Amino acid sequence: MSTPGQDIDQKFPLELNEPRFSVKDPKIRFDMQGDLSDEQRVAVAMRNFVKDFGRTAAIYMESCIHCGMCAEACHFHEVTQDPRYTPIWKLEPFKQAYKREYGPFALFFRMLNLKPKVTHEQLAEWQHLLYDSCTVCGRCSLMCPMGIDIATLISQARHGMFHAGLVPHELYAVAERAKREGSPLGATPKVFEDRIDWLADDHEIDIPLDKDKADVLCTMSSIEIMKYPDSVVATARVMNHLGVDWTFRTDGYEATNFGLLSGNAAWQKQMTMKLIDAAVACGAKTLILPECGHAYQALRWMGANMYGKPLPFRVLHMAEFLAENIRDKRLRVKKTGKSVTFHDPCQVARRGGAIEAPREVLAALGMELREMFPTKGTNWCCGGGGGVVAIHRADNLRHKVFQIKMDQIEKTGAEIPVTSCANCRQTFDDGQAHFKWDKTMHSLLELVADNLVEDDA
Amino acid sequence: MTLLDFARGPALQWSVSIFVFGLLWRLVGVFFLRTKVDLSAPRNPATWKGLRLIVLRSWPRKEFLGGTAFGEVMGYTFHLGFLVTLFFYVPHLLFFESVFEGLFGTDLEGLLGFRWPALPTAAITFLSAISIAALLAVLVHRITNPVKRLISNFDDYFSWLLTVAPLATGMLAYAHAGGVRYETLLGAHILSAEALLVWFPFGKLIHAFTIFAARGATGLIFERKGASL
Repeated sequence: MSTPGQDIDQKFPLELNEPRFSVKDPKIRFDMQGDLSDEQRVAVAMRNFVKDFGRTAAIYMESCIHCGMCAEACHFHEVTQDPRYTPIWKLEPFKQAYKREYGPFALFFRMLNLKPKVTHEQLAEWQHLLYDSCTVCGRCSLMCPMGIDIATLISQARHGMFHAGLVPHELYAVAERAKREGSPLGATPKVFEDRIDWLADDHEIDIPLDKDKADVLCTMSSIEIMKYPDSVVATARVMNHLGVDWTFRTDGYEATNFGLLSGNAAWQKQMTMKLIDAAVACGAKTLILPECGHAYQALRWMGANMYGKPLPFRVLHMAEFLAENIRDKRLRVKKTGKSVTFHDPCQVARRGGAIEAPREVLAALGMELREMFPTKGTNWCCGGGGGVVAIHRADNLRHKVFQIKMDQIEKTGAEIPVTSCANCRQTFDDGQAHFKWDKTMHSLLELVADNLVEDDA
Repeated sequence: MTLLDFARGPALQWSVSIFVFGLLWRLVGVFFLRTKVDLSAPRNPATWKGLRLIVLRSWPRKEFLGGTAFGEVMGYTFHLGFLVTLFFYVPHLLFFESVFEGLFGTDLEGLLGFRWPALPTAAITFLSAISIAALLAVLVHRITNPVKRLISNFDDYFSWLLTVAPLATGMLAYAHAGGVRYETLLGAHILSAEALLVWFPFGKLIHAFTIFAARGATGLIFERKGASL
């Protein structure tokens, strides 16, 4: 007997060969999972929303004054002026349920019916607001005058939505596949191993795999493995150039975490633990995360909390690793003299804190950095994060949002745009194709790998 | 018992009691919730520096200023006007003196070790009028702005009403308006302030306390990561 996940996989197979991964036929949708009754869905959603509710989240829920300023920070509101895309409104059913069921005056709110009961129809409607039109980029969290981290509350609301079986079809399908196969895009351990063999042969480069012991464990995102394999080669080039004792491992290579994006904490932990266990198994002192935004958030900032104790190794984003080695003069690169602009991946920069590292790398490459406005912590999101790029029905909206990025980049006059997130890159590639734009997003890692100064050069 | 006697007597006692009990109930109910220790290796070990967000977030970044300037300016105007009127108007100071003497057997100076000067009545009148104007402006904005209209609820309008009421009744009492007895106007003014106290712990006015906690908590979390504040 097949599992529900396999049913979904067979009925609605994924499209893995197109530039943008998703489901083969996006017109047939499956946006409600499981067989809970409407009432059960609401109850489960709310229970899971508050499951990990601590002091901080409760303070946030008590603090909103409905000033609406967060709307000014949201790219989805910016391009549509649709008030439904006001970030705090995306949490409305959950705020309603919190006040009515869990807050300090819940009894008072229930007795006087000051907050009506949340309905299933409401939650189903909010699926669009919580998934299709929120990249969890956290720009709104920088705007809120109360200091509410709205993005964190959105993630908690997604926990509720997942357990209620109210996740957009594509996001559920890839998350389920990641849980079952170890990768959302079919980059199973066998596929990964085959790719490593092929890339090593093709590029005549040594790519160590499954070493018993290594100082550095490198990981990849499945987007890179399947769509941007040059990033795998670039990783090997840089590591070999530095002469570090490193390896990929088939028991812990997939850094994307669709458990996090879709809202399933158990699946998130499962994906995270694979990386942690692999690093511990090979005695790694450093685990390097690939150019992937949410992977950084999932392991660098949430990994130890999933593990239950501090991680016994350092976790670095690839851009941080490159900057560190440039700073220590171990990594030597050629000056290219091109003008670039850098797109800050939200989860790495704004919400992750690695803001200057990529700029140090670009400076070492002798590139003229032309900053966008706004930039760094307040840079606009590409519109594809948080799983949005996977959701077909969100395409029109996402493309509208993407115009902000095109406009920002055009205004810099830079020759090439660069980023350090494969998901952003995929979103840019999709936007470039849609708008027939002449700018192609580049990978910071690949730029470095293409400009290494070899000793015998 | 006249309206003024009622306002100065049982209504004051009840409203202050509800205010204090409600405030404690709500704040304790939130602040005493568990909180998890973050086990991630901090980028910035001095996470306490994140508390600067409490001050930093008092004004939006330049990137956000364009769309928020109206709300910020009006917000500051009515908050400052309200607070200055509350704490720097001679009759209010005398009222606080009498309340504190009744409660603690000593005046403000005896209790706090200092006292602050009152502002001229003309200045207070001006500030009250400005506050009312700013409150009317934010109400119109709440009704006409699509975002604010959508996200607003009973709490927003009721809290607005209870905030503007003491200012309006105070000005009416000061002006001896409408041929109504001064004592009645004063009683209505005190009752309106008491209504504000009663509602304070239950609605959005609680942000007067939680704003510092929310900003501080976010500041600590973000500083640990080196994330943008």
